[in-house]
Amino acid sequence: MSDLADLTLAAAAGGLRSGDLSAVELLEAVHRRAAMTEANLHAYLTLDREGAARAAVGADAGFKRGADLGPLQGIPVALKDNMVTRGLETTCSSKILAGYLPPYDGTATTRLRAGGAVILGKTNLDEFAMGSSTENSAYGTSRNPWDPDRVPGGSSGGSAAAVAAGSAMVAFGSDTGGSIRQPAALCGIVGMKPTYGLVSRYGLIAFASSLDQIGPLARSVEDAVAALEVVGGYDPADSTSYPGAVPDYRSGLESGVSGLRIGVVTELNGAGIEPAVQAAVNRTLDQLENAGATIVQLSLPSVEYALSAYYLIAPAECSANLARFDGVRYGLRRLGENVEEMMSNTRAEGFGPEVTRRILLGTYALSAGYYDAFYGQAQRVRTLIIRDFQAAYEQADVLVSPTSPTTAFPIGARTDDPLSMYMSDVCTIPSNLSGDPAISVPVGLDDAGLPIGFQVMAPALGEPVMFRVAAEVERLAAFGVRAPLASSEVG
Amino acid sequence: MGYEPVIGIETHVELTTNSKMFCGCPADFGAPPNTNTCPVCLGLPGALPVVNGTAVEYAMIIGLGLNCEVAPRSIFARKNYFYPDMPKNYQISQYDQPLCVNGHLDVETGAGTHRIGITRVHMEEDTGKSTHVGEGGRIQAASHSLIDFNRAGVPLMEIVSEPDIRSAEQARAFVTELRAAVLRLGVSDAKLEEGSMRFDGNISLRLEGSEAFGTKVEVKNMNSIRSLQRALEYEIERQTALLEAGEPVVQETRHWDEEAGTTSGMRSKEEAFDYRYFPEPDLVPVAVDHQWRARVADSLPELPAQARGRYIEMGLDGPVATVISRDIEYGSVFEAAVAAGGDPQTVANWLTGEVTALVRRTDLSLAAGPIDGASLAELSAMVSDGRLSASAAKDVLAGVAAGEGPPAAVAEQRDLIQVSDTAALEPVVDEVLAANTDAIQKLRDGDDKVIGFLIGQVMRATGGKADPGAVTELIRSKAG
Repeated sequence: MSDLADLTLAAAAGGLRSGDLSAVELLEAVHRRAAMTEANLHAYLTLDREGAARAAVGADAGFKRGADLGPLQGIPVALKDNMVTRGLETTCSSKILAGYLPPYDGTATTRLRAGGAVILGKTNLDEFAMGSSTENSAYGTSRNPWDPDRVPGGSSGGSAAAVAAGSAMVAFGSDTGGSIRQPAALCGIVGMKPTYGLVSRYGLIAFASSLDQIGPLARSVEDAVAALEVVGGYDPADSTSYPGAVPDYRSGLESGVSGLRIGVVTELNGAGIEPAVQAAVNRTLDQLENAGATIVQLSLPSVEYALSAYYLIAPAECSANLARFDGVRYGLRRLGENVEEMMSNTRAEGFGPEVTRRILLGTYALSAGYYDAFYGQAQRVRTLIIRDFQAAYEQADVLVSPTSPTTAFPIGARTDDPLSMYMSDVCTIPSNLSGDPAISVPVGLDDAGLPIGFQVMAPALGEPVMFRVAAEVERLAAFGVRAPLASSEVG
Repeated sequence: MGYEPVIGIETHVELTTNSKMFCGCPADFGAPPNTNTCPVCLGLPGALPVVNGTAVEYAMIIGLGLNCEVAPRSIFARKNYFYPDMPKNYQISQYDQPLCVNGHLDVETGAGTHRIGITRVHMEEDTGKSTHVGEGGRIQAASHSLIDFNRAGVPLMEIVSEPDIRSAEQARAFVTELRAAVLRLGVSDAKLEEGSMRFDGNISLRLEGSEAFGTKVEVKNMNSIRSLQRALEYEIERQTALLEAGEPVVQETRHWDEEAGTTSGMRSKEEAFDYRYFPEPDLVPVAVDHQWRARVADSLPELPAQARGRYIEMGLDGPVATVISRDIEYGSVFEAAVAAGGDPQTVANWLTGEVTALVRRTDLSLAAGPIDGASLAELSAMVSDGRLSASAAKDVLAGVAAGEGPPAAVAEQRDLIQVSDTAALEPVVDEVLAANTDAIQKLRDGDDKVIGFLIGQVMRATGGKADPGAVTELIRSKAG
């Protein structure tokens, strides 16, 4: 019998309902897997064994009573450590929040608990979600289950590694510039950023408020749909939340791509993309065309400036969002001669170098006399990008590109060169700026045996067509391979 | 040539909404420290603001009351600066796209009516409150500080005037009128002592006749309307002295010291904060459609200036009408008294005279107290039909205020009813005339002054209760 930890969510949900397996058994299998892999991967910052055990027992009791709380009931789920969890340490991988126990659950967490999910614990990330490798974590780097000498991507690297390794069945991350999709691509799993406003940000510790979005990391498109169904939908506690419930995504998953127009974004394909990655993307495009889709080549000229605009807007917002970490009310406090010195000492010691760099960048970009040239200009570029996307979606139902220009890179390879690290997100950032949904689906391996992600982007609230195309890509790619560290034989 | 002050006032008003600006916590004053708090107003990681619709409506009420245009779309911004009682280390405040713009308020002073422009009315959130323990309560020398976040997130309005004010006296009249308007509009309790209304002044001087502005100084920390006036008077003197000595006025923020009666420099222009405003990404724009605006505009209460106009039409003189129209309690008691048949000017005179003195002397609350429209109307009737003298009426008023009962009962009890019945007065008059034959002769000889003496004798004999009119008539008929 195969290891329960390797089941897809869909298969596990079926087994739970037929009585073939219990949530407690599932949790035990996942815990066993974590016990084998954590020493190598360090996907988790906190494993809440007691809380998870209670939730699993509760889920089983629910099934026995005939209560069906939805697709995540009894499913072991991991949360990125920037999602606040009541009474469970939430650090954002920062020293400044060491030991911080939030007094409340975020909306996504509340919905997961209400849906009977078994919350395993909190996964590692780049400090405050700023990074593309988890190397910016104050608590150690997570490793890629395909090659422990390489990064899992980031910032949701812990969530991606856990799902790829089987130490979580599904996980949640946050995506500000690609932080779900890029690690999903590097770890050979599915990662999805919903339309901005589809999932409530209440309880997500903000990095860049106008870009942040919670989304699922999963082993299949269908699993990602199930996870999104549970956390998505209107939340009055988030003003930027879309009114209305999550629509039906499932009915289109088997529809195929016949008759759909798939746009290849010139600016996000070819130049700067590793040949093996581009080759896998091109192979997928051929398959899609053979499956009945029309492939159109499209240009989004403003996308050339997306990275520059992003690195002004995101730091500007973060400079304000992270101002609250001052040692006055919670988290780290380092005393000084007066209150200014206390705040200064606390922040200097509490924040790592990348976070400090972005706060400084953002503070500068918003300063009197520079605002228009930097933040103002970046917002104008953002408007152009939104217009370019809108125009493109008149000619194509979805747009596609590689998710990441490269496969997983060795640990330490980019830490001394922030710009090369920033380039990891060149294909994913545009959808954050436009607020549109996008998903990464694994489509193959490079010569080193490292997974390659294929990105499908759709217009705002275009999740149905995005999932429809992603499901077809998944079928065509028949990726099927599991990370070496996800095998139960590996110790 | 003299210098002309150019003054603009920024007024902060806390709104009396049930809940805070961006969360559901109670916005009331006086709860135990840090009990009216939640993740949002404590600025906990992950928490998000949601705009309080009632606060928007209240701000709109103020804006419309001040003749402003209401923007169909306005936005919030983040104002960034570090301060321990500000939980997020930024304040959510409207900045370049406020809710209300381009209004005005007409202000009366002895010199006439002045129209003061209102640049904008915008919404923001209040901060928490720090208590610095030790060394006189100043942060620099405190051993430690305590923070109460109950006030953090309470809805605040900032009302910014144009630099249209030309004297400290006008500034006092402006804030007095503004406070009256805010109270009338029912959106704030505008208590200066509790800080639910506070103001900063911007003041510069220029040569009379000049159009250009001089260098501006911002003055903070005035806790009363009187201290605002004093601070501005002090600044006018200080800046005049500088200019006359040929020295420059430095652009800075100055702190008013109430006890010393002086201002001192807090922050120079170079040290001014760079607030790094940018649009608040956690909030969508505030949209006010035509229907909402129209509904609020249609339900606006009468403003002091309108009430004043109406009172003058009812026959009140200007100064008394101003005083009564500015106070919502006086206004409602006055109107009730007139509606019950009281004479407007008589009632108004009592309100601004005796009643005001009583209120000051005895901590009387007009709203809850026994002096109401009905009692003033009754008192007015007793004076006009001769049952009470003007001076006895004041005694009766004091009795009513002291809870002795309605005016008629008080007058009876205190034995203040005038005797105007001729039959009752005649024997007394006869007695007085019999004892003062010289005086009668003088009166008959045309010395009219002596009648005052005779009336006084009758009043003394009746213990002051005789109606002087009736007594005069009796003396004349008997002497003549």
